[in-house]
Amino acid sequence: MTESDSILRHPMSKYIREDRQPWIYCSGCSVGVVTQMVARAIDNLGLDFTKTVVVSGIGCTGRTSGYFKTGTYHTTHGRAIAFAEGVKIANPELEVIVVSGDGDLAAIGGNHLIHACRRNIDMTIVCVNNFNYGMTGGQFGPTTEHERYSQTSPRPVGNVEHPFNLVKLAASSGATFVARWTAVQARRATKSIETGIKKEGLSFIEIIGACPTEFGRMNRLGNGVEMHQHLLEVAEIQNGLPAHEAELHYDTRIVCGEFVNIEKPEYTVVLTEMNERLKKG
Amino acid sequence: MTSVEKVPQDKITIEGLTGDAAIAHALKQSDVDVLAAYPITPQTIIVEDFQKFAADGEVQTRVIPVESEHSAMSACIGASAVGARVATASASAGLALMWEILYCAASMRMPIVFTVANRALSAPINIHNDHSDGMGMRDSGFIQLYCQSSQEAYDTTIMAFKLAEDHGVLLPVMVGIDGFILSHNVERVEMLPDDAVQKFLGVRVPVQPLDPKNPITMGPLALTDYYFEFKEQQDEAIWNVPKIYKQVEAEFKKMTGRSYGMFEEYKTKDAEIIILAMSTMGGTAKAVADVLREKGEKVGVIRLKMFRPFPAKEIAKAVSGAKAVMIFEKAMSFGAVTSPLAMEVKSALYDLEKKPMVVDFVVGLGGRDVPPTTFVEGYEKTKKYVEKGKAPLYETLGVRK
Ligand SMILES: Cc1ncc(C[n+]2csc(CCOP(=O)(O)OP(=O)(O)O)c2C)c(N)n1
Ligand code: SF4
Ligand SMILES: [Mg+2]
Repeated sequence: MTESDSILRHPMSKYIREDRQPWIYCSGCSVGVVTQMVARAIDNLGLDFTKTVVVSGIGCTGRTSGYFKTGTYHTTHGRAIAFAEGVKIANPELEVIVVSGDGDLAAIGGNHLIHACRRNIDMTIVCVNNFNYGMTGGQFGPTTEHERYSQTSPRPVGNVEHPFNLVKLAASSGATFVARWTAVQARRATKSIETGIKKEGLSFIEIIGACPTEFGRMNRLGNGVEMHQHLLEVAEIQNGLPAHEAELHYDTRIVCGEFVNIEKPEYTVVLTEMNERLKKG
Repeated sequence: MTSVEKVPQDKITIEGLTGDAAIAHALKQSDVDVLAAYPITPQTIIVEDFQKFAADGEVQTRVIPVESEHSAMSACIGASAVGARVATASASAGLALMWEILYCAASMRMPIVFTVANRALSAPINIHNDHSDGMGMRDSGFIQLYCQSSQEAYDTTIMAFKLAEDHGVLLPVMVGIDGFILSHNVERVEMLPDDAVQKFLGVRVPVQPLDPKNPITMGPLALTDYYFEFKEQQDEAIWNVPKIYKQVEAEFKKMTGRSYGMFEEYKTKDAEIIILAMSTMGGTAKAVADVLREKGEKVGVIRLKMFRPFPAKEIAKAVSGAKAVMIFEKAMSFGAVTSPLAMEVKSALYDLEKKPMVVDFVVGLGGRDVPPTTFVEGYEKTKKYVEKGKAPLYETLGVRK
């Protein structure tokens, strides 16, 4: 390796399939930022990368799994958590990280999300919430705010529906660690992903991201840099706030922080204990 | 049947439209009451265009962009059950996710029009065209009509409502267009005036809707006592389709001068080898036939439009004079005797005393291009098989082995 090689190589590139470059992400998109957060969290924790599994669904965010140079699973749309549950239950030694979009995790896969939280199965779910289905061209979904414009909620009316607040949803469904950050709060978000990975139980980390190509364009929110600047401006850090107060209003106030960190029996441990008991009985 | 008249040329709007846009326009003019869908490439534009019509107040339709395709088809059944005219659109994985509900739609005799931009099934994930999604639903009880052009997609979508809602049929219809190849390519489309379409279709007259004034239960348990009778009736209904389809087409032809038939025959009269293909491959096949004809080859084309119900007798008759039928199809049935289309054709020919040889080529999976040269390759092979008097049950073309 020449000196310039060592300078040009990104410190996280050891985790990334460089032969899959360039990234498919648009310039100014948050998904790349989140990919780096996950890589850094793995690095900071010194995880045995060969025992780390990255699972994602379908979408721009869903493409993340394919870039990691470890056991990864690019599932069908909506099924990331269900596949990940299978992985974790079959081999609880593996560290399972799910990275996927708001549409994948909360629309078509919403049922798996709430039930995985309820079971408290040990996995870390990183959800990039960009308020729309980016990959299919920017239709509204379950996180799109009321009256926002999208390909399926055009002007003049906009979206007639109201969004989920994913932090509240995950917390009330039983997740034991719940956090929200914006894509600009990279260090804090990475720390939360680390805490989530260390946590024995279901961790849900929402990263509010920018999709300048679709959601940003249709709602005239500026380019990628401007959208990220905005996220920084409206982010309000409130660590420890009860999850039900973690409000999210894109224009004015995005409450960020770690909201839930509680202890509950973890699902695969419970399963193993039950098996042991049955064996003895 | 209502009486329609020829629409004068000055009332016709001509536009360059993609297959998706042509379908969106047809849905708009068909006065759909409810449209429920979930986005998926390459269908997405159908619903997006339709949403724009809705936002501009051009349609009165209730559009529900639900949270998955499973919900979309379920919502369609609900809406159809109360008597609404209903449509949805999907492709590939989305269609596959509807699978459970597809069977309910057909069994409960819901005249839903389901437009599909045919796309390969996962895994590995692939967004391009083949017919594995359509073939996957072939036993669901849906009528299946595959289109070759944007014009045909427009016409067929309109006709599909009339066919589906006919009281002799009452079955859902899938209208298929090749993903990207047709869904995203712009072609010249002649569109009817709104009132002509409205007059042609009329308002849906439901037979037994859910109605609080006259309560009925739909879809209850039918076990060993009645289940089989439901299936018997469903089977009868789908075999009413060819007759009613002909009537619908005849009427549409009066209005537009256009009709397609259950299949299209091209230079088949004296053909020794007949190429049989569906959807846009029909267009390539015809161009190939023209060139081969110039070289003195006796070749013709059948472009099949109606796959369900399968026009067995008619196809058998149409190919009975040929030495061979060369099938080009974009689906595999893993572990089956042969591929889906060839299976139908072979069964259709079984009772003929003198039958042409059936040569089956699986091509274009996952959007692999099927250029004219692939047809010629298949044609040369077919000629050799005819000479030898023997052909493989099926084989693939255009793939690395
Ligand atoms: C069953 C099924 N339905 C629909 C699709 C089409 N589809 C692909 S990605 C996507 C939405 C992705 O949105 P999100 O999860 O928010 O990811 P983003 O692209 O915004 O990161 C959809 C609808 C599909 N692949 N499979
Ligand atoms: S479409 Fe949006 S979410 Fe997808 S890569 Fe581009 S900016 Fe990112
Ligand atoms: Mg999204």
